[in-house]
Amino acid sequence: MTRLVFARLLPVWAVLLALLLGMIMVWFAGANPIQAYVELFRGAFADVFGFATTLVKMTPLLFAGLGVAIALRGGLYNIGAEGQIYLGGLAAALVGIYVHGLPSLAHIPLAMAAAFVAGGLWALLPITLKLWRGVNEIITTLLMNYIAILLVSVIASGPLMEPGAPSPYTPPLEPSAHLPVIIRMTDAHAGVLVAVALAFTLHFIFARTRFGFQLRMVGANPSAAAYAGLSVSWTLLLAMVAGGGFAGLAGASEVMGLKHRLFEGFSPGYGYDAIVVAFLSNGQPLGVVAMSLFFGALRSGANIMQRSVGIPVAIIFAMQGLAVLFLASSLALRRRLATAHRGEQETRQAQVIVGPR
Amino acid sequence: MNVLRMEGITKRFGPVLANDNVNLTVRQGTVHALLGENGAGKTTLMNILYGLHQPDQGWIIMRGPPVRFRSPRAAIQHGIGMIHQQFMLVPTLTVAENIVLGLPPQRRIFLDLAAVEKSIATLSKKYRLDVEPHARVWQLPVGMQQRVEILKALYRSAELLILDEPTSVLTPAETSALFDIIRRLTEEGHSVIFISHKLDEVMRISDEVTVLRHGQVVGTVPTAKTSPRALARMMVGREVVFQLDKPHSNPGEVLLDVSELHALNDRGLPALRGVTFSIARGEILGIAGVDGNGQSELAEVITGLRRAIRGRVRVKGHDVTALRPRARIAYGIAFIPADRQRFGAVLDFSVADNMVIKTFHRPPFCRGIVLDQAAIEVHARHLAERFDVRMASVRQQFRYLSGGNQQKVILAREVFASPDLLVAMQPTRGLDVGASEYVLRTILEQRDRGAGVLYISTELDEVLAMSDRVAVLFNGEIMGVVRPSEASLEEISLMLAGALRQPPLLEPTA
Repeated sequence: MTRLVFARLLPVWAVLLALLLGMIMVWFAGANPIQAYVELFRGAFADVFGFATTLVKMTPLLFAGLGVAIALRGGLYNIGAEGQIYLGGLAAALVGIYVHGLPSLAHIPLAMAAAFVAGGLWALLPITLKLWRGVNEIITTLLMNYIAILLVSVIASGPLMEPGAPSPYTPPLEPSAHLPVIIRMTDAHAGVLVAVALAFTLHFIFARTRFGFQLRMVGANPSAAAYAGLSVSWTLLLAMVAGGGFAGLAGASEVMGLKHRLFEGFSPGYGYDAIVVAFLSNGQPLGVVAMSLFFGALRSGANIMQRSVGIPVAIIFAMQGLAVLFLASSLALRRRLATAHRGEQETRQAQVIVGPR
Repeated sequence: MNVLRMEGITKRFGPVLANDNVNLTVRQGTVHALLGENGAGKTTLMNILYGLHQPDQGWIIMRGPPVRFRSPRAAIQHGIGMIHQQFMLVPTLTVAENIVLGLPPQRRIFLDLAAVEKSIATLSKKYRLDVEPHARVWQLPVGMQQRVEILKALYRSAELLILDEPTSVLTPAETSALFDIIRRLTEEGHSVIFISHKLDEVMRISDEVTVLRHGQVVGTVPTAKTSPRALARMMVGREVVFQLDKPHSNPGEVLLDVSELHALNDRGLPALRGVTFSIARGEILGIAGVDGNGQSELAEVITGLRRAIRGRVRVKGHDVTALRPRARIAYGIAFIPADRQRFGAVLDFSVADNMVIKTFHRPPFCRGIVLDQAAIEVHARHLAERFDVRMASVRQQFRYLSGGNQQKVILAREVFASPDLLVAMQPTRGLDVGASEYVLRTILEQRDRGAGVLYISTELDEVLAMSDRVAVLFNGEIMGVVRPSEASLEEISLMLAGALRQPPLLEPTA
């Protein structure tokens, strides 16, 4: 039982180990590690502005992390969250700019729904190709990212570009499509509330509903799912499209809550960080909330840390990479131990035992 | 002269005795067939010979002192080559590159591929393998890829080649070509261990046959002095191990009606060729046969997991041929699959969840879209008690249950709703005597309640003991349907070997 708990908490150990190694890196960079971590934490949580920044940084990671996690529960790898973010942002911007005269209560849901649909559609092609032709979804979702990024680039610098703008971006969204600010005088917007609410909803769906049971069964053992009479293909299609939709919402919340315009290249790789968040959370929605909060805090505190103790922000990204590396190697190690347990395996040295004459 | 002797090999995996004091002697320049059902211990024995497993007891004697191999490399150094069922080739590399892969280069760090290609061409010519050294492996047909594997072993100076079910992936023409190659190999002084469960091939190619059953050697005979019938009997056993006291069957109306069923296997080759039979309520129809003669395909076509390419399946008078598994479950078809860990259950789910994998979407386990976890657990506790499943709690992961308890969970799930038709495939595989008996008794109870049972097993004793009628499946066809009380073992052995075809007893009534 304790071993089981240990195994469940592997991602937490990975993060802690990364933080520990991060201390060594800080020390090499010539600062006091304890002091640096204190500054990091203070920067992220101790004052209103830092906390607001934490929430802002956390929001896209949370939405997109949920998008990756849904697919992961079905045994799929959605590497395409980045592209789905762009498509979601594009759809939200179109609805935000071109639909006039709606009250916020209608305009915001409409724009978000459009983003969900757009992100979902962007995930539809890869999953269709996988189910219909067996094309690996890791490759197709990844490649769709480039198409999406460039598509937004073309639109923001061409047909939709704000006249006279110095760089490619669109005109602003109607104010009725802006997500309300939740902490006065800061950037913190309601997107994070929507995201957390959706995470709890997803948690409930996974744990307590028919669809959640079905998705978990397909993810854990597709052969048994087919034997039990489930449609494996439909389940996977639904999971991937819903995942795309959630990533699309990340784009919507960036555009509607933070930038209020569609910028070329508006996501600095949130879709890829989301993969890290989802994997470190084992595909658990509440884990995604915790991990995205953690990474959001790291990003928000890092600037303060850089200013007060002179440590480059890059260390944060190194730590993120280390956490993934530790998790991946611990999973591989666990699998290795499991096989070694089952029977002596191939990695033995060439050796002959000589018996009695 | 003997090229190999294996003496007293014993290997245990947990409670399972995979090899029990096995002796095997292979004479130089001969083909020695190793015959047995899946799970008879052939693969374990060969893995021990190839250094993948170490025996608990026993020794391998080739030239020199008795040895045990700690790794394939040690086995290869002793002149053993293994051609696996799944080829170990890199598709994007050439034949020559595949052959030298893993060998130390002759000239320091650079590969002298030209020299390698030349020696491969020489070898290929000597054994008339017709393999082109520059060809990329992915461009070659399966039969050719197999020859590359053989070349790989020869290039490593193998004297004893182990071919693990080499014909299972081949067309008949490729099989003939392979047999010609095997004959040339033995003419050149090589020895071959040929693993198979196909009797006709063993008769065609081997000089001697060793039959394994339940990890023990049943016997070794010269091929010339035996017959497919005698071999089939050795494989499936003759002594009735247990006696079920079973009330006389009382068949009712026809429940399952299968006519002219044709289906393909996973490789797209015909697996069922016009199978026709029917099962009545209150009757057990057994399917006997040597493994791989279409049994799994038959079970899958009836339960909807595999499409029939021709023919009809009718349940209670309704044509269900085009229906998906879930619709067939609704028609009252229950299925105990042969591979319980792969198909029968989700290892990572709890016992309780595994009890409802077919019914979770219906009341009382589900209200609207929300699962009723309490109802699921109550149901599981109830079933566990009724079927005597031993576990810590119903929330325990299925993975951690013993094999017997895992099977009881599956059995409980499949029969609790009183199915009309129960398809049971190898339901006692890997279970101890107590658990086996429990499973068989439960299936008999289902029959007596009025269900029809399709009982598929390669254990002839079990099929004969359980069934009211027995159909013998050979090469995707039913060779005959007999009553266990009336049929002679002689007759059944002939049918198992495909040497006798009888007008089947199609009438279920006793």
